[in-house]
Amino acid sequence: MRFFEYESRQIVKAAGIPVSAHGFARTPEEARKIAEEINAPVVIKSQVLTGGRMKAGGVRFADTPDEAAKEAEFVLGLEINGHMPRGVLVDSKVNVKQEFYAGVVWDGIRKQPVMLFSDMGGIDIEEVAETHPDRVGRGHFSNLTEVSDYEAKQVIASIGVTGSALTRATPILARLARLFVRHDMTLAEINPLAMLDDGRFVAVDAHMDMENEARGRQQTILKALGVGDEETRQAREATPFELAGEEVDAQDHRGVAGNVTEFDGNLGLVIGAGGGSLTLFDAVRAHGGKPANYCEIGGNPSVSKACGLAKLVLQKPGVEKIAVMMSIVSNTRVDIVARGVIKACLELGHDPAEKIAIFRIPGAWEDEGFKILEKYGVEYCDRSVSMHEAARRAVEKIQGVAA
Amino acid sequence: MSILIDADTTFIVQGITGREAVNLTRECLDYGAGAKVVGGVTPGRKGREVHGVPVFDTVDQAVAHHGRPIVGSVVTVPPAFTKDAVFEAIENGIKLVVIVTERIPRRDVAQMVELAALRGARIIGPNCLGIMVPDVVKMGGIGGPARDAAKAYSPGPIGV
Repeated sequence: MRFFEYESRQIVKAAGIPVSAHGFARTPEEARKIAEEINAPVVIKSQVLTGGRMKAGGVRFADTPDEAAKEAEFVLGLEINGHMPRGVLVDSKVNVKQEFYAGVVWDGIRKQPVMLFSDMGGIDIEEVAETHPDRVGRGHFSNLTEVSDYEAKQVIASIGVTGSALTRATPILARLARLFVRHDMTLAEINPLAMLDDGRFVAVDAHMDMENEARGRQQTILKALGVGDEETRQAREATPFELAGEEVDAQDHRGVAGNVTEFDGNLGLVIGAGGGSLTLFDAVRAHGGKPANYCEIGGNPSVSKACGLAKLVLQKPGVEKIAVMMSIVSNTRVDIVARGVIKACLELGHDPAEKIAIFRIPGAWEDEGFKILEKYGVEYCDRSVSMHEAARRAVEKIQGVAA
Repeated sequence: MSILIDADTTFIVQGITGREAVNLTRECLDYGAGAKVVGGVTPGRKGREVHGVPVFDTVDQAVAHHGRPIVGSVVTVPPAFTKDAVFEAIENGIKLVVIVTERIPRRDVAQMVELAALRGARIIGPNCLGIMVPDVVKMGGIGGPARDAAKAYSPGPIGV
């Protein structure tokens, strides 16, 4: 889950990292008051979960409290990438001598967190890493011991930073690493970390993502920030199609018809299980197919759940056929899934043999399942046909029709 | 063909009194040559039995009862407690930990993996149904009951 910038700034401040004077405002009047308190030129920043604020005009400058109110009013009404702001951050405009970058991310291969530091802040760190790799310091740290300051010091010194910049930046990076661990973050970034004229460092922006699986044990900080349990905080809101998918899954506890994700192709996918779905989705694309969706069926879903999901996918605009495929399953009844998808076709007035491009689910009760498919003339294959081959046949079937 | 386990591999089941663990314990005992499930651990349930397997409060009690090091463990403990159970296994000499549990926070997984590397132990998982040597032995629910597993898996020269 993602935090808004104003929340990330609070988290960073609570960890002992200096931040520029700022306030969160939901109305132009609140913005004016904050600007008065700051008593200096300010930056009005839209608080949305998506990126691209600057480009979209969601970052404005104001020299007086009156201007702050005016700019706040404008930004509060500005939609950015489909998101309306929850409020604005009124941030003091600091005199920046140099912009740095400080961040902590997970290295999924080494399975350790890694500190990152650069003296080229204010721009996309990935770009810097590519064009100026010698200006990005990296340091992995152990999961089993608390981060020691010297580990951060090494990272910063490795790009040539020395003097008071080194001694001032060190505790900041170390505290960022500790808060990353303490709060189960997947990303913790301060960009830019501004060095002021007098040499002090101050966080002028902050971006934090927390792992969803850890929300249960991070209730203290979430409640302190006022984050509700129901807030998903994803960068992209679920589409109506996806929400409908969640409803199908929630209708009973038998098995799973989940992770319904919307795409825009013509081949609907009723696929499982987790690993199987990923493999099958990739296989469809590798053969030039255009998936209309992704999903994961598994466990032992009821006929009505299988039917509900198949119907949802069949009714998606642009879907011409569905492919029903899984890896070999020992705990999903083939006949139940067959019954469910055929029922979906019939109830929508379609011929199952025409609508189902391929059925490939080998496993429990497969003989019974195959009998049902044969009765309706649905093309199916057994475990002797690989998932990749089944996906290829599905794509060939649908593109044959299109041609 | 055995790579990680064989008919003589001793192992415990942590969380053995849970529903899924009771099932997989039965399956492991039934499959192939019959697995050497030498104990189970559920805190507070010492003295019970699951399909004839003695239950202990701690891993070190299971090891003491067995009289020599135990090779493996199948862990079916809920995500909030999995790290603790895996640490307990590793620090009591277990070298092969099969973690069935899913949805464990990333940091916990990273800590388990790092400790295992330090102690020369191996983790299979998490979110894993287990490992098996066809017709010989299995650790975990993989394949289901013996007769279903027999249909799905047959011996061969390649470990997957």
